[in-house]
Parts: sequence; C-alpha cells; structure tokens
Amino acid sequence: MNKHFLNAEKLTKKFGRRLIFKDLDFKFLENGIYGITGINGSGKSTLIKIIAGIISPSSGKIVHNLDDKVIDEEKLHNYIGFVAPYLIMYEEFSAWENLIHISNIRGIKFNKELFNSLLDDFLLLNRKNDIVKTYSSGMKQRLKFIFALMHSPTILLFDEPTSNLDNEGKETVYRIINREGKNKIVIIASNERSDLELCSTKIKLEDYKK
Amino acid sequence: MKPYALFKKDYHSELRTRYAINSLVMFIIVALSVILFSIGNEKIPQNLTAGLLWVVIFFSAMSGLSRAFVSEEERGTSLILHLIAAPTTIFSGKLLFNLILVFLMNIIITILYSVLFEEFIIRNFLLFFLTFILSNIGLAIASTIIAAIISKAGAKGTLYPVLSFPILLPLILISVMLTSYSMVGTSFADAVIELAVLACYDVIMLTISYMLFDFIWKD
Amino acid sequence: MVWKIFLFIILAFVSIAGISFPIVENPQAWYQFPLIPGLEENAKIIFFHVPTAWLTVIGFLMSTVFSIKYLRKRNLDDDAKSYAAAQLGLMFCILATVTGAVWAKFAWGSYWSWDPRQTSIFALLLIYGAWFALRSSIESEDKRATLSAVYSIIAFVTVPFFVFIMPRIMDGLHPGSADDKFSPSGGPVVNFQMNSSMLLIFFLSLIGFTILYYWMWRLGYKSLLYKEKLNKKLIRG
Repeated sequence: MNKHFLNAEKLTKKFGRRLIFKDLDFKFLENGIYGITGINGSGKSTLIKIIAGIISPSSGKIVHNLDDKVIDEEKLHNYIGFVAPYLIMYEEFSAWENLIHISNIRGIKFNKELFNSLLDDFLLLNRKNDIVKTYSSGMKQRLKFIFALMHSPTILLFDEPTSNLDNEGKETVYRIINREGKNKIVIIASNERSDLELCSTKIKLEDYKK
Repeated sequence: MKPYALFKKDYHSELRTRYAINSLVMFIIVALSVILFSIGNEKIPQNLTAGLLWVVIFFSAMSGLSRAFVSEEERGTSLILHLIAAPTTIFSGKLLFNLILVFLMNIIITILYSVLFEEFIIRNFLLFFLTFILSNIGLAIASTIIAAIISKAGAKGTLYPVLSFPILLPLILISVMLTSYSMVGTSFADAVIELAVLACYDVIMLTISYMLFDFIWKD
Repeated sequence: MVWKIFLFIILAFVSIAGISFPIVENPQAWYQFPLIPGLEENAKIIFFHVPTAWLTVIGFLMSTVFSIKYLRKRNLDDDAKSYAAAQLGLMFCILATVTGAVWAKFAWGSYWSWDPRQTSIFALLLIYGAWFALRSSIESEDKRATLSAVYSIIAFVTVPFFVFIMPRIMDGLHPGSADDKFSPSGGPVVNFQMNSSMLLIFFLSLIGFTILYYWMWRLGYKSLLYKEKLNKKLIRG
C-alpha cells in the first residue's frame, strides 16, 4: 500500500521583499481531504505550487514521504496530480494526443483502458479526438482532472477545482475527490463553501502573516 | 527516452502550428537576397564570403531558435512541463529540438550559399565538415539556454539577439576563421588549435547550461 | 578616514609622476623612465589605461561572484552588490575603451582597428550592455536577480575565450601580444622593459585604483539598499 505523507517546516515565502506567509508548519499524515483557505492574494496558489515543487520557498522546507522514504525532488512530479485554473493544456492537440504525449514524456505506459474510463468519467469520451482549442472552459477544466489522475499519483493538489464547472461537472469532481480521498492525500485550495465542506482539516493563511 | 518524447511533442506541435519553420525559411531567403542585392556584380574577397555566411546563420538562428521555450511560456503550457518532467529532461528535449533545427537550417543555408556565391568554394572539405558540426552544436546549446532566460524574462523578442550575441561571439569569430581556412585549403594540422577551442566552447557551454537550467526553470 | 587620505596621496602621486616624469634613452636618476621601443612617450598611458581595464575585469568578476552567492543563498542584498559591481565595471569598461582608442590614434594611427584586445573589451562592453538590458526588462525582483545572475555566469565562462584565447589566435598590435614585434618573447609588457621606478608607479596606480573601486562599490551598493528601504517605507506609508 502506498502511504504518502507530507511535512512542512517553517515555510516562508517572499516575493522580492514582500512577505506572502511566514513560518507555516503542518503535517498531513493520514489519507484524507485537506483544505487551504484565505482571501484573494493571500498566497493559496503560491502555497500549493510550493507543495507541488514548482516554486521553491524562500526559507523552510517541504518534505514528501512515500512509505517512509523521502521522495527525491527530481522525481517528485511522478507522485503529484495537479489541477489549477492557470494550468493550460496543449491547445493545438486533441485530448487524446495530449494524453499520448504526456504519458510518453512522463515515461509511463500508455494505458488505453484507464484513459478511456477517465474520459468517460469526465464526460469527454465522445469529444476525445477534437482539438482542445475548440473546447469550452468547463471541458478544459475536466480534461485537467484526467491529466491529474492519469499517472496514478499518490497526492492530489487541486487549486479551485470547481472553477468554470457546471453542476454536473461539480458533482463528478466531488465524487472523484471523495473516492480518491479514501486512499490518497487530497489538498484543495479554494474559497467555495461547497468545496471546503469536503475538507476535514483546514489551513487558514491569514494566520501566518506576521 | 523522455527527452526524445518531449522532442516528438515539439515536432508534432511544430507541424500543427508552424511557429518557427515558416519564419525561419523566409528569414533565410530575405537575408540571402539582401546580401546578393547589395553585392550586385562585385567580386567579394574570400574572408568576407566566410563572414557573410555566418552573418546569415546568426540572424536566422536568432529568428527561430527562441521558439523552444518562448512558445511554451507564451501559451502558458510550461506549467505542464513542470508537472510531468524533471528540469534536465526538459532541457535535453528542447536542446534536441534546437539541434535538429540548427542542423537543418545550416544545411539549407550552406547549400543555398554555395549555389548563389561563386566564390564560396571549400578546398579542405574535412575541416569545413568538422567546423560545421562543432559550431552547430555550440550554436544550438547557447541559443537554447538563452531562449530559456528570455522566455522567463517576459519573451521580449528584441532581447534575444542582444543577449545571444556576446555569448555567441567567440563561437562566431572562430567559425569565421575556420571557414575561411577551409576555403583557402589550410591543412588540418594547422587548424587543430582552433578546432580544439571550438570543441572546448561546446563542452563548457553544455556543462554550464545543465548546471544553471534548474535556476532558470524554477520560478 | 586614514585610508581615504592614503588613497588621495597615492592617486595624487601617481597622476603627477605618471604624467611628468621624463622618458629618456638610458635612465640614470630614479625619476626617469626607460624608452620602450615602439611605444616612446605613449607608454605613459599604462598608468591610467591598464588600471581601468583591470577594474573592468574586477567589476565583472565581483558581479559574477555575488551572482553565484545570490543563487546559493537567495539574498537580495547579494543581487544589489552584484549590480553595484557591474555598474562600476561598465563605467571603467567605457573608460578603458575610450582611453585605449585615444592612445591607439597616436600609436597605431587610427582609433579602432579590431586588435584582439580591442575586440575583447568590445565584447565585455556588449556583455555589460546585454546584462543591463536584461535587468531593465524584468519587473519582478526575484526573477530579475535570478535571471541576471544566471546570465552573468554564462557570460563569465565565455570571457576566457576573449581574454586569453582570441588574442593568441588573431594577430595583435597591442603591446604584449603574442606577435608584438618589439618584444623578444611575447607576453606582458610589464615584465621586462619597465625599470623599477616605472614598475613602482604602475603598481601603486593599480593599488590606488583598486582601493578607489572598492570604496565606490561600497557606496554604490549601500545606496541601493537604502533606496530599497526607502521605497518600502513609502509604499507601507
């Protein structure tokens, strides 16, 4: 069984000389759904990017553990599923081509059945050969969830997961989050009340400003 | 084989969007015809021929090679790359793409150039061949790392040649010298130091690029 | 305060001695300089031109060192230090280019002749120019510091090609070039044709200019830091 846990020690992030948050400590040991909240500009996206290893903190560190072994920074991307409004898929390719190229670059096996079932889950199966440029923003958002789940990650990071989604899409996403939350760590950064109702523990970024 | 997969993605994307190729080809044609028009019926001396070849190569490279990183950054897709590959993989993939582009570009330029310029006759073919290989590699490496820098600097198009020129200047100077050597027919042994310097440049650039790419790539 | 007086005395002495001491064929008195064939009176520029070129290199070196330090520690103060060093480097680079060109007009007959050293200093000028262009195009402080640090390191590794290799491959007119026809073995002009008084003034000048550089650099980066603090205060209200 894959057991992922996350430990943040004294995380501080500054942009230039402007402080975003300071001395952030948390431990996510159990599988479950965790939330990050805070007003606009409080650094939700920054924190989630730091957890994903996309940007580095100004000081402090974040440690990902898998089965009691620290995950090497170079390989961290293999264990992370990430969805965010500012994530943009390759628009000149179709959904299916996106999945082919991404799985090749990741170096994982191209798993036809899994991808088809994911496309089916997110109601994109009959549009899979259309170019992403022609998708609506809700469809693009759903494609991102397939991108986040395609390599069976052990931790999921969702920044505003339900933005641009209709009710049907939201329900699908909540169903998936609840399903994945049973055997993975799922972290949601959002201000939507319905998103946060799923979360057992929440970090309020306002508490770490001074 | 992850870098190769990234290269294939870029190649596929290039076929769809023609982001680099079209402007590159047009640029080669424009640059060559400007030179031809300005020369007219004059005979030009040998070392000038070698120099002009490298002028065409430099400016054509500047028009197309920044694409590797700038296109990702402009369309906002660099975040995907962050999430699916390690920095070394990304740099290797982009370098592979630029290497192939540089070789294609320079083969076309050299063929056109030898057709259009009667004075351009290679007498020591082996020397020219080695110069061609080594300087293309150096050109690809340096232009890839500079492309990474300008893509993060907000993709200012005019900045690319400005930043690349001082870095590429040693390469260009040596290549011009070696090209005119091979046109004169200098023996291989007499040009060995220059070739070694060129190889040295390639190795140093490659090492420093891999060392520094992490810093550029991580915001 | 003491070292500022010391600096004043050194530089004053160097300026007076460097300009007024006569050059004679067979120097007898301590204040006479030897005649270096091919250079004659023009040799005196060595007291002013070489230090500026030296400081250009020092400025570049310091800027790179602080760039590396910034990449390791991510402290924006190091970026300010690197910036201050590069500013001075650019200034001395321009001075070296101009004094060199003026000298070349009298020694070689034209202001600019693409001698390897001239090519090298021109390349340094281009690097500095590109570096400042890069900096001015980036808004965010962190990004500006990181990218310009990376660029200065890349540029730094190309410098040996200019400074050491190019002059030895291409034909040179500059004193000390590999094929300088007036010196028996090539190599720097300093070693073999200057007498002790000339050497003394030359090295005093190097030391004086280096201290001057250090002083200016400290003032430069401190004022940058104060400016930063002041900006922050104004924004915070």
